[in-house]
Amino acid sequence: MGEPIVFAEGLRKRFGETQALAGLDLQVAEGTVCGVLGPNGAGKTTAVRVLATLIAPDSGRAVIAGHDVVSQADRVRHLIGLAGQSAALDERITGRENLEMFGRLYHLGPRAARRRANELLERFDLADAGNRLVKTYSGGMRRRLDLIASLVVTPPVLFLDEPTTGLDPRSRNEIWDTVRLLVADGTTVLLTTQYLDEADQLANDIAVVDRGRVIAAGPPEDLKYELGSRVDVVVTDPQSLPTAAQVLGRLTGGNPEIDAGERTVRVAMPGAVRLTLPAIVRELDSAGVIAEDVAVRLPTLDEVFLKLTGRRTDDTPTQTKTISATPDELPETDAEKVRS
Amino acid sequence: MTTIDTALPRSASPTTGGWRWTLVDGWTVVRRDVQHLLHNPGEIIGMLVFPIIMIVMFGYIFGSAIPIPGGGNYREYLIPGMFVMSAAAQVAVTMQKVAADNGTGLMERFRSMPMARSAVPFGQTGADLFTGALGLVVMIACGLVTGWRIHNGFPQALAAFGIVLLFGYALNWVGVFCGFMINNEDTADRLSPLFMPVTMISNTFVPTAGMPTWLRDIADWNPISAVVAACRQLFGNPGVVASGSWPLEHPITASIGWSIVLLLIFVPLSVYRYRTVGR
Repeated sequence: MGEPIVFAEGLRKRFGETQALAGLDLQVAEGTVCGVLGPNGAGKTTAVRVLATLIAPDSGRAVIAGHDVVSQADRVRHLIGLAGQSAALDERITGRENLEMFGRLYHLGPRAARRRANELLERFDLADAGNRLVKTYSGGMRRRLDLIASLVVTPPVLFLDEPTTGLDPRSRNEIWDTVRLLVADGTTVLLTTQYLDEADQLANDIAVVDRGRVIAAGPPEDLKYELGSRVDVVVTDPQSLPTAAQVLGRLTGGNPEIDAGERTVRVAMPGAVRLTLPAIVRELDSAGVIAEDVAVRLPTLDEVFLKLTGRRTDDTPTQTKTISATPDELPETDAEKVRS
Repeated sequence: MTTIDTALPRSASPTTGGWRWTLVDGWTVVRRDVQHLLHNPGEIIGMLVFPIIMIVMFGYIFGSAIPIPGGGNYREYLIPGMFVMSAAAQVAVTMQKVAADNGTGLMERFRSMPMARSAVPFGQTGADLFTGALGLVVMIACGLVTGWRIHNGFPQALAAFGIVLLFGYALNWVGVFCGFMINNEDTADRLSPLFMPVTMISNTFVPTAGMPTWLRDIADWNPISAVVAACRQLFGNPGVVASGSWPLEHPITASIGWSIVLLLIFVPLSVYRYRTVGR
């Protein structure tokens, strides 16, 4: 990795009683995506606000492409784009007018600003919505427009503060696609998220933040190796639970837990083990275990934290990536009916 | 999916300071306000109907029972006050707009952009000056229909309108500053009615002479009273006070003085606040 384009060292920031940043170090290589992962209140947003020149740190320093975010804030603002947690748009004008306004504020000139607005709406599939007032947009569309608004001039470095929090899965995927397009174009992205799978999907490197500090950092593969995935198996016949546990123990090398009430065996799978869903089903099948539901999932942020810090997050979003053999979205009662 | 055009425009201007960019960026912010009006015709209707309601309510209902010292038509007395009142009402509107932008994070985005630091407050107040002038034109029309007249000639009247706009512009800066201090629209909505007494405790609707002494002093020194008195004097409308407190004896000097004082206080405060909010 060459000279990092985003470099932060020992950032500290206190708001009254709260130590939002407690010596945060961060490095992002040019052209990569860095996922800053952490629960609410970990200091993610404060870190982004410092890097985006919105607030000055109490101590420490941050540099974007060689320019200090405090003493050379003006230069830095030419290099960055920011899409915050809320859709920072004017709701009382149309999407097109918003983009045009930002283009003018970037001094593209009126005509170029209009052309650019049209181009972006076209490219990101918002051409139809472009003439509607932003206040009529859905949450997902707002976020997407917000993200696009930070691309009016393609900044070399883009900060995305929880770009998908509160969005439905489809909108989330659209945001992810947009981010991938940008990265393909050479933009460096720093995104904060509460979702491990989002960081896993997009980031080249993940920095796990807790209480204003980075407590773990590295490529997602390494973190996953360290943290492991989980396998949940629901069996039809409670009698087969011990056998299922045995099979899973052999396959994963882990220590399966049996939940008799739920007819479920759960096991943590070390990251080194690469198990596919069919392989698990096949092995269970040949041992005579009829599995009703098999799921392989990433650990939740809560589990990551438990592992890294030995305590739970105070505020945990429940979002798990589930690869399921049977529809596990069914409510318990409906599932019962299906079973019988 | 199309691929991204690699030759995307980069920010064209390397400079962010200077008056030229403040004006250019300010104009962009003004444009946005005009677009608001075009998209929300209701706002325009409100702007048109409000003066009519006020003139009917005060000019014909209350006015029918309010005698003017030295005689004269009450509506001739009232209309200059209405000009100033509609300018003063802008304070709350400006405050709400700025607070709303703070709430959505739009202000944050502006601040992360390489635009002139003073463009947002200057643009906002410029936009409000524009809508204020529009409101003044409507009010003038309503006044003329209901019997208000200019008696001292056109140049004097222009000077009066100039003073109203200058004072309104100064008040817009008060609104911008208040908006920057508040982070959401709801709070701004709830605070807005508090501006009401400021316009009421003045010579806008009734002469201050009949008020209890303590209230009269407040009313006489209220900048709004000075501007209203200046207008009455320049238009040649009834209700000009020959003797009393200093601001009402020298209303033109006092009006311009008040405006300058407000600008000197709130322009630097607003610009400073815009730069440092959240720091």
